[in-house]
Amino acid sequence: MSPDDATRQDPAAGPRSGEGVDVGRRAFLKAAAMGAAAIAAVAGGCGPRAEEFLQKNFRELSPAELARVLARLEEEYARKYEKKVNVSATGALPGTVFGYGLDLSRCVGCRRCVYACARENNTSRAPQTHWIRVLQVPREKGVDLSEANAYYDPPAVPEERFAYLPVACQQCRKPPCVKVCPVKATWQEPDGVVVVDYNWCIGCRCCMAACPYGARRFNWAEPSLPAAEVNPDTHYLGNRPRMKGVVEKCTFCLQRVRQGRYPACVEICPVGARKFGNLLDEKSELRVLLREKRVLVLKEDLGTEPKFFYFYGT
Amino acid sequence: MRFMRFLWHSARLATRGGAAYRAWVLFLLALVAWGAVAYVDQLRDGLIRTSMRDEVSWGFYVGNFTFLVGVAAAAVMLVIPAYVYNWKPIKEVAILGELLAISAVTMCLLFVLVDMGRPDRFWHVVPFLGLLNFPRSLLAWDCLVLNGYLALNVVVVGHLLYCSFYRVHYRAAIVVPLVLFSIPLAISIHTVTAFLYNGLPARPFWNASILAPRFLCSAFCSGPAILIIVFQILQRTAGLRIQNEAIWKVAELMAYAMFLNLFLLGAEVFKEYYSATHHVVYLQYLFSGVRGHTSLVLYAWASVACSAVAFILFLIPATRRHFVTLNLGCLLIYAGVYIEKGMGLVIPGFTPSTLGEIYEYVPTLTEVRVGAAVFSVGFLVFTVLCKVAVPILMGEFTAETLVRPDGGGSSLAPEENLQRS
Repeated sequence: MSPDDATRQDPAAGPRSGEGVDVGRRAFLKAAAMGAAAIAAVAGGCGPRAEEFLQKNFRELSPAELARVLARLEEEYARKYEKKVNVSATGALPGTVFGYGLDLSRCVGCRRCVYACARENNTSRAPQTHWIRVLQVPREKGVDLSEANAYYDPPAVPEERFAYLPVACQQCRKPPCVKVCPVKATWQEPDGVVVVDYNWCIGCRCCMAACPYGARRFNWAEPSLPAAEVNPDTHYLGNRPRMKGVVEKCTFCLQRVRQGRYPACVEICPVGARKFGNLLDEKSELRVLLREKRVLVLKEDLGTEPKFFYFYGT
Repeated sequence: MRFMRFLWHSARLATRGGAAYRAWVLFLLALVAWGAVAYVDQLRDGLIRTSMRDEVSWGFYVGNFTFLVGVAAAAVMLVIPAYVYNWKPIKEVAILGELLAISAVTMCLLFVLVDMGRPDRFWHVVPFLGLLNFPRSLLAWDCLVLNGYLALNVVVVGHLLYCSFYRVHYRAAIVVPLVLFSIPLAISIHTVTAFLYNGLPARPFWNASILAPRFLCSAFCSGPAILIIVFQILQRTAGLRIQNEAIWKVAELMAYAMFLNLFLLGAEVFKEYYSATHHVVYLQYLFSGVRGHTSLVLYAWASVACSAVAFILFLIPATRRHFVTLNLGCLLIYAGVYIEKGMGLVIPGFTPSTLGEIYEYVPTLTEVRVGAAVFSVGFLVFTVLCKVAVPILMGEFTAETLVRPDGGGSSLAPEENLQRS
């Protein structure tokens, strides 16, 4: 499935035939499309800055336009970091909806996942941006966010009195962040991953107000990323270097999982607390734990239907 | 061509004025420049120049935006008595409410713009050109209704002034329906803005169905408070004729609106504190502080006190009709609602954050400077509009007076032409 399949599945993306679209409107849209094409052609001659300015929403790019955009980005990153950075736009694999499991009885709060995520996903080092936040919660309170502390710093973890609750994007089936976006800059891919088109986001931060899990991060300043630390294996909708003024978030390591690899946080976890798999595959580890373990999702009452499940393995 | 001539003469009139007028305009321009420099810094460095962070991702800008939508909506407090009830004393000055709406919406749009992380991608919001997430996103709705309300008021005001300038009767068949349509539109701009917050179950502080009614009630206090002061300033400086009955009637309506506002606040406070679920923490942050974090407490109580005192001043006919207590009440209402519908609304929604973290937000100097610039632009727009509109309203500035340098000599009494049938 190619990325623009998402466009075809989105009924709001454009007028469909046979719905009584009148001729005037059709002619107008055609003229507008031709105008846009003309502007794009002129912009092509004006250099990459104008091209970037006039770039369409990812889901409206034709395959040819997408190829141009990816080439432009690769050129830009090569200039900036003085090394080859690959930007792919691999689409969702057919028959996959990704899900995540986190074993609360195993997590020791070491935050290795936090830093592995930052390295993998090219997040800003200063100001420091983390997609995963590990919360320390007193054991006797259970999963109570009002008692949570993300800034714990004892000499060693785990501490007897505390449990640890790592939180990242919960990849909701009904994501509140997607519906509030005024410009369709964020959406759910066919494999269930909620992504952001960093080149289309206007930075209004409605999605951050709407997210019940504090999962979205804003680039308040120009993100800084030392060239030596750049992960050159990137995805347009995932870990490619971002710019200031746009929102970003966990994508389940889109660049990895669409190639059959595990997310970086799953690989690094020293206690095996993190599980990942295809929810449509009955034999996947994730489906086994959904059948056999006690599972919970955060803020179930909000009806967001997360695909990120917490469970007690032991 | 005739319209160009009208615009040209209006522009000339706006650039001329006495020492006080010039000083005021220069003062506003200086503030705009002071804030514009701060905005350039913000454009260069990003929104890191503000105090907003991931935990409190909206702040001073969005708070001001919300407050000003209320001010813009308040034009209906003049339009309803003037057009629905055909009450003459207010009909004569209803246009000032529309001028205030134009300036307030201008400020609203500017506050949204300065809050955007990528103002260069502004065109993504433009219908047909960009990709508006309509009808799902409430911000998309807000863009449409705010711009629609602005356009409607510009058309109505422009047409009325143009007709008065040439001393012809305005086209009632167009103007009256448009003005009547502005009533539901004014209510909708504030309702949609309330829904922008209201529709977010992630933020229990806003996720109460009482929010939109509260927005409307406070708006019907704050906008008229400004208008009452403006009426008096224009009475002194521009010789605007306005009957005291009109002012007192507006003040009486404000008393009712303020009563409803305080009642709805009380209903909200009861529900939260009596049920005492986890959701009470946001109201606690506002009124008593949480875990030693108390930066909003003083403001919150000041807001309640201002609103309550103003309510009493406006309720008692004697104090409502005495200009000292009337003006004091207006200032108190303005302060009270500014806190309540600005920072008092936005910040507790984010504090504590969805994951229980408390980040105490206090705006930076950059935010204050940019905010001052936006307010100055709005005041400038309002000043210039009044500078042109009031003489036209009074029949002192028309195509005829321009021909005859003595300025007077029109055979029609100005009111005759201005009465909107």
